[in-house]
Amino acid sequence: MLSWWLPENVSTFGQEIDFLFELIYWITGGVFVLVAVAMLAFLVMYRHREGRRARYTHGNTPVEIVWTVVPTLILVVLTALSIPTWARIKMQLPQTDLKIEVMAKQFNWIVTYPGPDGKFGTDDDKTFDNEVHVPVGKPVVLVLKAKDVIHSVFLPNLRFKQDAVPGREILAWFEATKPGKYEMPCAELCGFGHSGMRGWLFVHTPADYQKWVKEQWPSS
Amino acid sequence: MSNPATHATVHEAHHELGFVRTYIFSTDHKMIARQFLFLGLFMMVIGGLLAMVVRWQLAWPETPVAGLGWLLTETEGVLPPEAYNMAFTMHATIMIFFVIMPILAGAFGNFCIPLMIGARDMAFPRLNMLSIWAAFLSGGVMLAGFFVPQGHAASGWTAYAPLSAVATYQGVNWGQNLWLISLFILTISSLMGAINYITTVINMRAPGMTFFRMPLVVWSLFITAILLLLALPVLMSATAMLLFDRTLGTHWFLPEGGGEPLLWQHLFWFFGHPEVYILILPAMGMASEILPVFARKPIFGYRAMVYSMLAICFLSWMVYGHHMFVSGMDPRVGMAFTLTTMVIAVPSAIKTFNWLGTLWGGNIRFTVPMLNALAFVAMFVIGGLSGVFMASTPVDIFIQDTYFIVAHIHYVVFGGSIFGAFAAIYFWFPKMFGRMLNPTLGHLHFWPTFVFFNLTFFPQHIVGVGGMMRRIYNPMQYEFLQHLQWWNVFITWSAFALGLAQIFFVINFFWSLFAGKKAPLNPWQSNTLEWIAPSPPPHLNWGDRIPTVYRGPYEYSSPEVAEDWFPQNRSLPARAAARH
Repeated sequence: MLSWWLPENVSTFGQEIDFLFELIYWITGGVFVLVAVAMLAFLVMYRHREGRRARYTHGNTPVEIVWTVVPTLILVVLTALSIPTWARIKMQLPQTDLKIEVMAKQFNWIVTYPGPDGKFGTDDDKTFDNEVHVPVGKPVVLVLKAKDVIHSVFLPNLRFKQDAVPGREILAWFEATKPGKYEMPCAELCGFGHSGMRGWLFVHTPADYQKWVKEQWPSS
Repeated sequence: MSNPATHATVHEAHHELGFVRTYIFSTDHKMIARQFLFLGLFMMVIGGLLAMVVRWQLAWPETPVAGLGWLLTETEGVLPPEAYNMAFTMHATIMIFFVIMPILAGAFGNFCIPLMIGARDMAFPRLNMLSIWAAFLSGGVMLAGFFVPQGHAASGWTAYAPLSAVATYQGVNWGQNLWLISLFILTISSLMGAINYITTVINMRAPGMTFFRMPLVVWSLFITAILLLLALPVLMSATAMLLFDRTLGTHWFLPEGGGEPLLWQHLFWFFGHPEVYILILPAMGMASEILPVFARKPIFGYRAMVYSMLAICFLSWMVYGHHMFVSGMDPRVGMAFTLTTMVIAVPSAIKTFNWLGTLWGGNIRFTVPMLNALAFVAMFVIGGLSGVFMASTPVDIFIQDTYFIVAHIHYVVFGGSIFGAFAAIYFWFPKMFGRMLNPTLGHLHFWPTFVFFNLTFFPQHIVGVGGMMRRIYNPMQYEFLQHLQWWNVFITWSAFALGLAQIFFVINFFWSLFAGKKAPLNPWQSNTLEWIAPSPPPHLNWGDRIPTVYRGPYEYSSPEVAEDWFPQNRSLPARAAARH
């Protein structure tokens, strides 16, 4: 139910993240209800009564072993479920010919396309402020850099977040599943203009994307 | 066991100290405890008001903040973004370093440890005095930061470099410097305290007070002191390095000189995660102390409680990377931190179930300290469970740096530590000041605090899941956050009500201090040693004889005696004869 509030997911790996979110929500929610009900029941059943004497006990080893082992197993299983998804998102960069450099600076995203030659640092590079254009259904690799302080590219609808760190070049990827215009805020405090530092991700249909490319690089 | 303190100071037990020795140059652990308590409560007012300013801005962005017109004359009361960043930075800094640490570790560490293990004072009373002086100095330096040009530090309580390392990036110069100097001094204060606590617990326990007869609050403070001793030098080094980057031109954290911004995060969180347990362990100890007293039952699984705290102490060094999953740290390292972070939830789960086991079959008295301790347990459960979301690395990608984290940290440090602190204040106030707190005002404080705490912080999970980032000045600048704004307004009204509820506490505290009912020796019919000392205990605590301990601290409703409590120092004739 907490997941009602999640923004609409439009990325390939987003559904895996949402699945884990939902799973953890139901497990932790269930545990909370059990604990809360037990606690309230005990508070009512064992409230102070004249002449009542509390049960004199220091513990119960079998019960204590159960409530140590069961949570451990659940948590280890959650780890085992989390790690493959994590590896897929952050460790396995897909093959793609669409690489875009995002240079973060106070308080803008400077977005650079390598142009038709596919190489950065050549004459046909083209730079945009706070705008990323990508086609739907194709993996996109972002080359994240930062000029001054740490920033963080956050694409809520794509379940994407990665810090951009000065002095580093960090590669990250996503693949959008639905055309549209999605907000791209900065998620790491970067100074007085942090709030309002945001760009837009335009996810186009393949045809629209080709049209956009033609407009930008008419000669090729 | 042999204990030199048993005989050494007996002849000193009856003497009067002058005003200056009693209130300023005091080496008495109880006076130092009170000084830490007043420091913490004073700072809590400042930290709380800063939170109100933050909430105003989030509900009604860029409108004049009620009551701040005189301060923000240039903007006619509208909070500029620099001031907003300063407000949340200082709210967190003050609450963590100058409220929770001084109250839980400083005040109750000092008050409880010697009294509950049957010592006359701390092992190093003068070092103790130096510790509170350093804390006051550090607090003064921290407050001075509000009055320098460009204002106080505004880079978050985590002070990530390079934002915190270069004055022009942040637009703050001396504010951040004073922030670093203040924390550096505070680490010295806490280190002196930690060494004192550890030495006192190891060397100065009364005859018969074995380690496994120590009250759990003493165990928790002992383990907290170990964490402080090991974690604070890291913060100390990090603050010094950052200060050198800012003032001497070093480049520890600046890539243009070959430095590494992530090094700050590694150092900060290697301190910072144990720090979270420094904030919560004493509160766990307090709940473990108070639940048995009012359930009139032995604590369930005493040894499991001790071992789980030791497990937390050990594991807390191996989880810090979960603050850095999307920082650019090698994702392979993230996998290891996922497992350790998941596993550290186990000792907390054990403790929760043991608290429930303690309530089971009890004879529960709903006093004000008990209500606060129960609130601690319930709120800590929510804070612990929401932590599982962050431990799962893929989920953390989404919720990192959102209000979900803000909700989680407040369930742990407000729902946990602050309810623990309130429980401790209501419980030990009679011993500390010799007067009872008023229970009616106590209920008037507890119930609205509990209700409005949840109305303030639970919806923050929802806005976090909606994607709202933390530390943003104006959520209305984002289209995807528009539909959540009514939650922000709701949270702000709840936060104001939560703030107002604290007035009952302030009234109760000061009225009871001077006019409260005189406290008897043992108002709660508790077993532990502090309750056999007079209320308040005199200098050196015990009169002529140090108490001898015959049993564990939680022998409530024991079949051996007619009453439902059995003080640690009471000898049964037959038993006593058998032992000596």
